[in-house]
Amino acid sequence: MSDLDRRAAPPGKLPGSLAADPRLDRWLAFDAAGHVTVTPGKVELGQGILTALAQIVADELDVALVRVRLQAAATPDSPNEGVTSGSLSVQDSGMALRHAAAAARAIHLGVAAQRSGVPVEALRVADGAFVAPDGRQVGSYWAQAAAGLLDCEAPAEARPKPPAERRVAGTSVPRLDLPDKVFGAARFVHDLRLPGMLHARVVRPSARRARLVALQDGALPGDAVVARDGSFLAVLAEAEHDAERAADRLAARATWQAADTLPPAHALADWLRAAPGEHAVVAAQDAPAGAPARTLRATFHRPYVTHASVGTCCAVARWQAGALEVWTHSQGVYNLRADLAKALAMPEEAILVRHMEGAGCYGHNGADDVALDAALAARAAPGRPVRVLWSRAEELGWGPVSSAMLVDIEASLDAAGNISDWREEVISHGHSSRPGRGAMPTLLAVEYMDPPREIPNALNPPLASGGGAQRNAVPAYRMPRLHVGVKRLAGMPLRVSALRGLGAPANVFAIESVMDELAQMAGEDALDFRLRHLDDPRGRDVLAAAAQMCGWRGRAKREGFGLGLAYARYKNTGAYCAVAAEIEALDRVFCRRLWIAADVGEAINPDGVANQYEGGAIHGVSMALMEQVAFNARAVTSDDWETYPILRFSEVPAVETRLIARPDQPPLGAGEASLAPAIAAIANAIHDALGIRPRAMPFTPENLAAS
Amino acid sequence: MVAFTLNGAAVAVEVPDTTPLLHALRGPLGLSGPRFGCGAEQCGACVVLVDGVPAYGCTLGTGAVAGRHVTTVEGLGTEDAPHPLQRAFLEEQAGQCGFCLSGILVAAAALLAREPDPDEAAIRAALDPHLCRCGSHNRILRAVRRAAAEMASGRRAPEPGA
Repeated sequence: MSDLDRRAAPPGKLPGSLAADPRLDRWLAFDAAGHVTVTPGKVELGQGILTALAQIVADELDVALVRVRLQAAATPDSPNEGVTSGSLSVQDSGMALRHAAAAARAIHLGVAAQRSGVPVEALRVADGAFVAPDGRQVGSYWAQAAAGLLDCEAPAEARPKPPAERRVAGTSVPRLDLPDKVFGAARFVHDLRLPGMLHARVVRPSARRARLVALQDGALPGDAVVARDGSFLAVLAEAEHDAERAADRLAARATWQAADTLPPAHALADWLRAAPGEHAVVAAQDAPAGAPARTLRATFHRPYVTHASVGTCCAVARWQAGALEVWTHSQGVYNLRADLAKALAMPEEAILVRHMEGAGCYGHNGADDVALDAALAARAAPGRPVRVLWSRAEELGWGPVSSAMLVDIEASLDAAGNISDWREEVISHGHSSRPGRGAMPTLLAVEYMDPPREIPNALNPPLASGGGAQRNAVPAYRMPRLHVGVKRLAGMPLRVSALRGLGAPANVFAIESVMDELAQMAGEDALDFRLRHLDDPRGRDVLAAAAQMCGWRGRAKREGFGLGLAYARYKNTGAYCAVAAEIEALDRVFCRRLWIAADVGEAINPDGVANQYEGGAIHGVSMALMEQVAFNARAVTSDDWETYPILRFSEVPAVETRLIARPDQPPLGAGEASLAPAIAAIANAIHDALGIRPRAMPFTPENLAAS
Repeated sequence: MVAFTLNGAAVAVEVPDTTPLLHALRGPLGLSGPRFGCGAEQCGACVVLVDGVPAYGCTLGTGAVAGRHVTTVEGLGTEDAPHPLQRAFLEEQAGQCGFCLSGILVAAAALLAREPDPDEAAIRAALDPHLCRCGSHNRILRAVRRAAAEMASGRRAPEPGA
């Protein structure tokens, strides 16, 4: 194949993040030792993205995968790819790297052709070596590494390989990061040990936004020293255990002025409905349709839920000559840098932010917050690195949570059993208070520093960017008369932000429950009813696949068991997923089996995609059956694993995943596609088993009894 | 000063007896495998083996392991000489973020040492104290079964598709 056969990007437009950062040497560098170093702005969150990016680059360059080295994102040298979120990394970073690597290959081949006199279209690349038709090697990336050939902007006409030519992308290569993790190697920011490093812990108040009014003097364990800025209180020590003990002692000596600020947990749904907010129309349509013959109305509720990563947030910071260095598991090193600069009133250029991996990240957790905590603590020990690790109580009690939501739906069938009308109102906080996006910093400690600053209310990203509360609020099905609205609450007593799926879990739970109920009202099979109202052929394919996998058509009723089906295309523009769930109703509901049908377009690493779908679905089972942030008037009370339980090994369902191969379609992110449909499939399975329509998450006996 | 055997080697560490073993291992002893997750015996991220039995490093005082054998994930095997479980976890790609794996691997090793052919219920029960938030459970269960089969046959299990 000659390079002329390759596919060109649309004229003048660079793909993915390359459009914003088009210089090739920002993305790729060859060295004489035979390696290519890739410097994406997206970061590893446990999702396996670095492996997928390495595959894309190895494929386009025609080099062995072992030659590709991934450098973790850091300011100021990495491309600024914003935040690693929204299941967009393959689209943003992967497509940028594919184009950049194709461009780098063409540039290098052009130089080798010119020097050797061999026509460029006659050259082939064999593991980085440029080989003439007679077998002669006329150059290599490595031999030409020092020539500065990538010191230029990516040409728009670079042509990545056509799908059929790919050899590495599209295969399930083992994850590059996993060996370190099974051998216990130091890979996480938690494992960073710098010379002279101190350990610090933060002392949290008894209540949200409490003020520290008095701090009794007294001895502290070891050599511990206190770092204080207004009501932000931390303690540093040489030994980690001394820092922990000192924090406990300090907590007992602190007097806080606290007030009731949180909503009534026992009447959360009523509070959501009554709370002031801003209304917006998400979608409206008034097409010809039959007159409504039968109507159903239902309200669905999800409480606040949280990230519950197995590791707690951690960061290391060091002040030196007025400059700040931070090691962090943030999802966005530039965004964090921007908010650190605002919080600390210093120029961004004086801050270096380096990414290191953390425990699994499912959205905007406390990773950014702990970085400011570390910077504040480290002020007490200039020149020394200071490591702050959150306690489990901080992790579950002080990190941002995902909004509680209400979804009201009123839907009608015409006399022929077709959906004629669909009216839906979503009530929610905003779903993003991520750092680095506004004039004010959104890091936890700014509300406690002197002077305290209020963290701005969470926003909903526009629907074109996937939306927040309104994510997946618009049904994917054919609905002639449609109205979808959203109310965003004016304040956030509990700090809310993005968590896997954002509004999608509640919205898909609501929509897919109503679809089941409408099918029942129409006297039609739930699969047939969906297929009849769904025009998107890829959506129909995943639904049919999941139904086939679980034996939907031939299913037999088993006492105490139920089978349910649900479908969503993530964000209505992303990856497709249908899930069938089998539940068993005992003293409470257990999910026993899940069948997942997936379509992500081109799958760079099919096993990685399956891993993400499986993991997302199990996250969904946990959210559906057990998760709920508990709080009183002043603080979150579900701050350990007994009060915020998540799904365990003894309860995890068997999962079967089928990936529909579409190598010719653009790749779509896999990480968030399955969570919401898994929840909805469980709800429908509960109805199948018990005849109850779940209306409130989690599906506990208490909530089911009230449904 | 507390003296014990760590991953087969004699060590002595200068910490008070009451310092949690996890801090001794991650601090002066320089390991990174055992991890802090909760500090309350609720998640299993810190689990190590003491005389072959899973123990929570986050609450166990270092003094309690004086004269005993402590095994961490680093002591199971290395990239060059992996434990069958480590090999099986890689073959099954049994992990996502990997933060929970150190504790799970040593707990699984203890299980296979006392029960070489556990059924699925026994594996689930042995791993139930361990939380995995990424949802890699089914891969982990498969990996433990694969390792058990490999250890039973005394040789490496064949590659899938080979």
